[in-house]
Amino acid sequence: MTALTERLARLKNGPTSENLGLLVMLAVLVVGFAILSPRFLTAANLGSMGFQMPLLGLLTLAMLAPILSGGLNLAIVYTANVCGLTLAWTLMQFGGAEAGMAAFALGTVLALIVGALSGAVMGAVVAYVGAHPILVSLAMMIFLRGLGEFLTRGGDISGFPDYMRVLGHGSVVGIPVPLILFAVVALAWHVLLRRTPHGFSVYMTGSNQRAAQYAGLDAKRTLVLIYALSGVLCAIAGILMAARFNSVRVGHGEALLLITVLACFLGGIDPFGGHGRVVPVIIALVILQVLSSGLNLIGANQHLATAVWGLFLIAVMVLRSGRLEQMLSLIMRKDK
Amino acid sequence: MRNVLRGYTVELRLAVVLALICIILSFSAPQFATLSNATSLLNNSSVNLIWAVGLLVVLIAGGIDISFAVASSVVQYVAATLLLSIGGGNWLLGFLFCGTLGILLGLLNAWLIHGFRIISIVVTIATFNAFFGLLMYFSRGRNIYGLPDWWTARIFIFEYQNAQGVWSELTLAVGVMVACVVATWLLIQRSNIGRQLYAFGDNPEGARRAGVNIAVMQGVAFGWMGLMAGIAGLMQVNIVKEVVPNALYGRELEVLAAVVLGGARLGGGKGTILGCILGVMFVAITQNGLNLLGVSPFAFQMIIGAAILIAISTSNIDLSQILRRKEVRQ
Amino acid sequence: MTTAPAERFALRLHKVSKAFGGVQALNKVNFEVRAGEIHCLAGENGCGKSTLIKVVTGVHQPETAELIELFGEKVDRINPVQARQMGVSVIWQDLALFPHMSVAENIAFDSLVGLTPRAVRSRDMMARSKAVLESLGVQLDLAAPLQDLQIAQRQVVAIARALMNDAKLIFMDEPTASLTQSETDRLLDIVRKLSANGVAIVFVSHRLAEVLDIAERVTVVRDGNLVGVYPTAGMTQAHLGELMTGQLIETEVTARDRSDAPTVFAAENLTRHGEFTDVSFQIRAGEVLGLTGLIGAGRTELAHVMMGMRQADGGQMRLNGASYRPSNIRKAIAQGMAYVSEDRLSLGLLQKQPIADNTVISVLRKLTTATGLISERRKAEMVRHWIRELGVKIGSPDDPISTLSGGNQQKVVLAKWLATDPKLLILDSPTVGVDVGARAGIFRIVRALADQGLAILLISDEVTEVMFNADRILHMADGRLVAEYDPRTVTVPELEEHIYA
Repeated sequence: MTALTERLARLKNGPTSENLGLLVMLAVLVVGFAILSPRFLTAANLGSMGFQMPLLGLLTLAMLAPILSGGLNLAIVYTANVCGLTLAWTLMQFGGAEAGMAAFALGTVLALIVGALSGAVMGAVVAYVGAHPILVSLAMMIFLRGLGEFLTRGGDISGFPDYMRVLGHGSVVGIPVPLILFAVVALAWHVLLRRTPHGFSVYMTGSNQRAAQYAGLDAKRTLVLIYALSGVLCAIAGILMAARFNSVRVGHGEALLLITVLACFLGGIDPFGGHGRVVPVIIALVILQVLSSGLNLIGANQHLATAVWGLFLIAVMVLRSGRLEQMLSLIMRKDK
Repeated sequence: MRNVLRGYTVELRLAVVLALICIILSFSAPQFATLSNATSLLNNSSVNLIWAVGLLVVLIAGGIDISFAVASSVVQYVAATLLLSIGGGNWLLGFLFCGTLGILLGLLNAWLIHGFRIISIVVTIATFNAFFGLLMYFSRGRNIYGLPDWWTARIFIFEYQNAQGVWSELTLAVGVMVACVVATWLLIQRSNIGRQLYAFGDNPEGARRAGVNIAVMQGVAFGWMGLMAGIAGLMQVNIVKEVVPNALYGRELEVLAAVVLGGARLGGGKGTILGCILGVMFVAITQNGLNLLGVSPFAFQMIIGAAILIAISTSNIDLSQILRRKEVRQ
Repeated sequence: MTTAPAERFALRLHKVSKAFGGVQALNKVNFEVRAGEIHCLAGENGCGKSTLIKVVTGVHQPETAELIELFGEKVDRINPVQARQMGVSVIWQDLALFPHMSVAENIAFDSLVGLTPRAVRSRDMMARSKAVLESLGVQLDLAAPLQDLQIAQRQVVAIARALMNDAKLIFMDEPTASLTQSETDRLLDIVRKLSANGVAIVFVSHRLAEVLDIAERVTVVRDGNLVGVYPTAGMTQAHLGELMTGQLIETEVTARDRSDAPTVFAAENLTRHGEFTDVSFQIRAGEVLGLTGLIGAGRTELAHVMMGMRQADGGQMRLNGASYRPSNIRKAIAQGMAYVSEDRLSLGLLQKQPIADNTVISVLRKLTTATGLISERRKAEMVRHWIRELGVKIGSPDDPISTLSGGNQQKVVLAKWLATDPKLLILDSPTVGVDVGARAGIFRIVRALADQGLAILLISDEVTEVMFNADRILHMADGRLVAEYDPRTVTVPELEEHIYA
């Protein structure tokens, strides 16, 4: 009997319940929108959702890891922009729309290096100077935005080779290529965080950096590495952005910055670091995408969707806090 | 002397750096050290400073607010709509409407934070999106132009024309900013409520056990931030003479960076008005100086970002410890 | 029991009961403190001591209580503000002070509390705090932020704050837990001074020696029940320990001669400026070497140098005969060193993380497979092995470590280091915050490890701890090793005499 209640309690409090709660919400939303709009469950709509979500998804994963390590990376969008610029600039050097695959490969490598470097600089300042990650990444954000604007004079670079369209708009057996890219990255991210010594170290460092160091973990190296990896994910997002919009402009995706933090919190990531998983964050991302697409189909615009995202996060946090029931029971008792 | 300075190490360092920048600029850019440049610097920084002191109070109390700039936009839009519907109003009604609306938005944050024990960054990121999304949805992104005359009138609290005929003026926004700064200083440094805010940010559990009313503290911190956001919204309209729903979007992070640069501790319990002003002015003066030096405006942000990065990379190096090590070794 | 007139009591509680959920935290407990008395409240963690304090200060309301009386006045319900106004103050173990605020503001803080806006008069606060500190015979920099003070000084600030409220009854929750002996002595002097001025002090402490030293009477609580009230005169530590735990505590010298065993670790003229000078010693396989001394003696600093967390300025170290000079803690661990920190709560363990992760944190390399991934199976096996080996009582290995008692947490710390297969284990004050009953369990493990050949350096400022658990005792004072003792040829009073004189 006690074993059963214990197991139930663990189910209620464990990560499984987190997923379960989010999945129930997702199911309710899907059913709701399917009833409200006949077009919701069509291949066209699901496909367009599959093309839209990966960008936010990649950036959210880039935000997730620094939060787990006890920090935040507010520079993700502009890191992605600057990495996109790196790729665009490389392609321009090799003839723009005529550039070959080799140029694209070179540009991709350079973009990844730029992303990793800007992340590593942030990680190093956070780890070795001990400055607050919010401030460090804010400064990096302002710097990268400035750098990008300086290089592009506020304009955009467009005219990429045709094969890049496959990356942004292609499908393989009906599955959007960006979604495949996202799935691969998410899987890698999950394995990295949950199964490797480095991921273990990220959680421990996020929970208590000094104690992690006392136990023999190299917390500072962990921080540099995780911010660098976050930068690499930004680079991938930047390349995807270039492919989807067929242009690069500093400021593309700017509005996504705080949405990624929202998605992480919705996915149950501990804002103080040390706790959280990739899977519930992905479910949270799907929920956000469903809200946005569903609202769009019933005639609302993206701004209303943004507002609903915010309100939805509040609602979920209120439910999670368990204080609503307390308040209600207090009111009920007063009535009697 | 050492005792007095000990509590102000960040501020002192920032002041020295800022003084150096000013000296260099005075020599390399002749227009820098002029009255008209100083007044225009103040005019341009007044809205940021009003936000900054409000944010300082929230940071001291251990919170963070991402939603204040968007809250200012909401206040502007709602107040403009209300004022136009009652025939225009006046400054008194303007302050009353904007102040009240701002406080209400702040209290909404405080209620969510305290009532449901959700940490402030989560709440204010959520309300940031909710405020902005709803504002854009209901305003359809359209500006309001036909504002009452009193609101868009240029009011100078100081005017001076030098021998060359150059005008130096301080606008009403500067006066309001000074009032906000002084009021905030009185609140956090000179009143028991403010000291309880510091205590609450420093050690929430200790404050609770001492009998500090936590709910009220959250209300005061975010209510004050809301009041400042309302006033900032009011004054920003006075400067730009129109209400643009998305004009302030994105300003919050720069203000946050400036305030934290000025020594306010993310996590609570530490931060001063002086540091807050220095942080905002560091950014403003750097930008102003670059402008006067003829640097391309596109490079401003890059240089400011790099300057902040360098500032924080060096600010945490504890000089006193290095000195002590030397003493010990000798 | 004495039947003094009611007004001579600072506090009388009769048959107070309080339950949380299904757990009876207090079961018809009587508790009386005379005015101006130093009274000790003794009991193991979770015995109901804290609940009792919280009832008196109005944090918790008791379910039933026959009588609650403060300073001769009968009260029905106590709330925190009222308790403070009547003169009851609690100094919690964590002190509940404000690190970034000034000393003066910390002392005078309670005068700032309240929602009626009023101006802060700093000069007045300064003057009043200064007066209170002078009455305690202490001088502190009133403008300094509290975090610049040492823990012992912060303790004084907390006492001064209680006195600012005209406290007539002060509860001190484990006030000496992080103080060394000399600081403790100074604190106890202050406590005696307060008592002489008519302030009643209730002392809650694990340290039996100081309980017997300072208190006039001791109330012992076990599992929410009152065991009894005893005068401290004539009481022995062993007897008090027995009353608290309900079991017999062995205190016998366990030292053996290990001089024929090979040397594991040797320090030669080790020096770090300003911390310790010319420290030379050896630890042999299977030996428990005790290191004791007052604060500032440089014990923890020495341990940090041995672990590579700080670098020595002079001298050298040898590990198993080879020269040893680790540049960081990871290199020290890789070479077979292990360090149980004195600060288990914030440095020794990651309190919010699972028991399992805390157990394997230092041996990840042993758990990774050829693919570079951590093997969940190996991890679970290792956790299961150590939990069984050391007899750690846990629910699930996935529970946060903070759900365990101090003693069980310390066992996990030991498990973590034993998993690294160390050659030398440094234990820095391993029983801070650990129950009397659980301490014996920890030292049984330590002894068994030594018997298996592990070299152990036991750092402690509790003389009895090194006396009964070490094979040899080194005495460190002002950064130098000043003497070596053999527990078999020295007595506890002699040792105390040497160290505290």
